[in-house]
Amino acid sequence: MSPLIRIQREDFSLQDEIDALSVGRSDIGAVVSFTGLCRDEAGTLAALELEHYPGMAEAEIGRVAEAAVARWPLLGLVAIHRYGLIRPGEQIVLVLTASAHRRAAFEAADFMMDYLKTRAPFWKREHRADGTLGGWVEAKGEDDDAAERWSR
Amino acid sequence: MTAAPAMTATGTRTVKLVYFAWVRERVGIPDETLDIPTDLATVTDLVRWLKARGENYQAAFAREALVRAALDHVHAKPGSPLGDAREIAFFPPMTGG
Repeated sequence: MSPLIRIQREDFSLQDEIDALSVGRSDIGAVVSFTGLCRDEAGTLAALELEHYPGMAEAEIGRVAEAAVARWPLLGLVAIHRYGLIRPGEQIVLVLTASAHRRAAFEAADFMMDYLKTRAPFWKREHRADGTLGGWVEAKGEDDDAAERWSR
Repeated sequence: MTAAPAMTATGTRTVKLVYFAWVRERVGIPDETLDIPTDLATVTDLVRWLKARGENYQAAFAREALVRAALDHVHAKPGSPLGDAREIAFFPPMTGG
C-alpha cells in the first residue's frame, strides 16, 4: 500500500477522494476521513494565507504516512494539504484512512493529523476582516502534546 | 602518498539557504546561495555565523531556540551535524493542518 500525498492550491472533493480509494474494492471495511476547515474566528478573519516549503512538504507528510502504514494495517491512505489564500468555510486539509476494521483507520487518521500539524512545513498567516494583515499564527503547545502521546 | 582532501579549517562550500514565514521576512529574502566555512559543524554553528553577518539575521535568530531547521528537506535539531547538506532551511514552528 503506497500512500497518496498531494500538496495543492486547488480545493478537493471528499467524495471523489473516497471513491478513488474504495470504489471497486471489497477488502476495505472502514474509511475514516478528517477534513480541516478555515474558521472565521468570530467574524474577525477574512482569510488564512498558507505558506509551505515545496519539496519538503511532500517529503515530510510522506514520512509521517509511512510511519502510519508501518504501525497500522491500512489498506489506503490519502493526505491532501492546500496552500495559498483560504477563506472561512473552505477546506484546508484532508486525511483519509482505509482498513479492514475501524480501529486502525480511526487511530491512523488521528496520528496523521497530530504529526501533520507539528511536522509538515506549513505556516498560517491571518488576513483580518478589517482589511489589515494579521500576524503569523503561533504554534500551540497542545499540538506538540497531542503528537507526543503517540510515542508514549 | 595520497593527497589530503581539499578540506581545511579555512575552506568553504556552497549551500542554498531557504527561509520561511517570519524568518523569511526578517532575513529579508526567501533564499540565497552562500559559501559557508567548512568548519561550521552544526546547525547552531551556522546560525551563529549568520548572526555575525548582519542585523537582519540577528533579528531572525533573536530567539535561537524558536527557529527550526531542515537539512535537505529533513527536520534537524540545533546540534545536528550539517554534514554535506546542500539545502538548509530555517523557519518558525509549523502551523499547518
